[in-house]
Amino acid sequence: MDNKSFFIYLAVMAGSTYLIRAIPFAAVRKKIENKFIRSFLYYIPYTVLSAMTFPAALYATGNIYAAALGLMVAILFAIKGKGLTVVAVASCVTVLLTEIIMTYII
Amino acid sequence: MKDFTKGLKSGIPIGLGYLSVSFAFGIMAISLGFEWWQAVLISMTNLTSAGQLAGIGIMVTPAQYLDMLLSQLTINVRYSFMSVSLSQKVTPQFTGIKRWILGFFMTDEIFAVASNEKEVSVKFFSGLTVFPYIGWAFGTLLGSVLGNVLPAIIMNALCLAIYGMFVAIVAPKAKESLSLLLVVGVAITLSCMFYYLPILNSISSGLAVCICAITAAVFGAILFPVKEDTLNG
Repeated sequence: MDNKSFFIYLAVMAGSTYLIRAIPFAAVRKKIENKFIRSFLYYIPYTVLSAMTFPAALYATGNIYAAALGLMVAILFAIKGKGLTVVAVASCVTVLLTEIIMTYII
Repeated sequence: MKDFTKGLKSGIPIGLGYLSVSFAFGIMAISLGFEWWQAVLISMTNLTSAGQLAGIGIMVTPAQYLDMLLSQLTINVRYSFMSVSLSQKVTPQFTGIKRWILGFFMTDEIFAVASNEKEVSVKFFSGLTVFPYIGWAFGTLLGSVLGNVLPAIIMNALCLAIYGMFVAIVAPKAKESLSLLLVVGVAITLSCMFYYLPILNSISSGLAVCICAITAAVFGAILFPVKEDTLNG
């Protein structure tokens, strides 16, 4: 790919990604009073994250059992009130251990 | 300053998660024939995982600019909802040019952590963006320059980090509120349908996430409108 084509692509990509984030952020200044919209906006982050996680996370590591175990550990640690880093690390370690056990021991 | 430091700290797990995800992005970009500086430049100007992944796939074919535009808008439209959502939580000083600048950093994870706060100040949000941005750019650099130096088994494990973080954000809240748990259940059920059912699974993952999230949130807003104190909490 030549540089000119790359930079046109980059401009389209970065420009559209930036504007779709920044315009609504800068434009909505008033407090939204509508209860439906406020409720919708309250739920949106959680529905986005859950839809992104399930079932895609099961296929993220190349080993569905390890990933499922890792997710279970993440849920357990999270409802016990552990922070983001601890939960993330615990899920990764679970995957690693599971893969080691499945590869070398079983 | 206290707010900025608090933001910095909150951004560390995101930065670590991004390091591993963007590492993978770097490797993929190189395998498609990009130079290392191109991969890093894409990461530094876009700061988004799904969009960039789709983007480099389109870039390898010349002159598909409209395709690029449409795919980015579809995959990234969720950020609009996040931006509107966060606009309700920012402090009164968070206005004008600050929003135009910091709006660039609206990612799923930065948004999720920010919206977990009672109120989001300019300093907190600025601090929050630092490590994720560095992690995203630096991880891409490492991935595209070093390639597969890490054993596959470790790379695989790191791929779950970002999802572990998502779980850590959603699960504690869902435990406290039955209505949120049900709404999350709807989102997951729909998402599984889009993944496994024929025809539905031909829809791009970015668009599918968008449809699932919006449908579940509308379901929640109709059946379980939230009380004011929940919204501010």
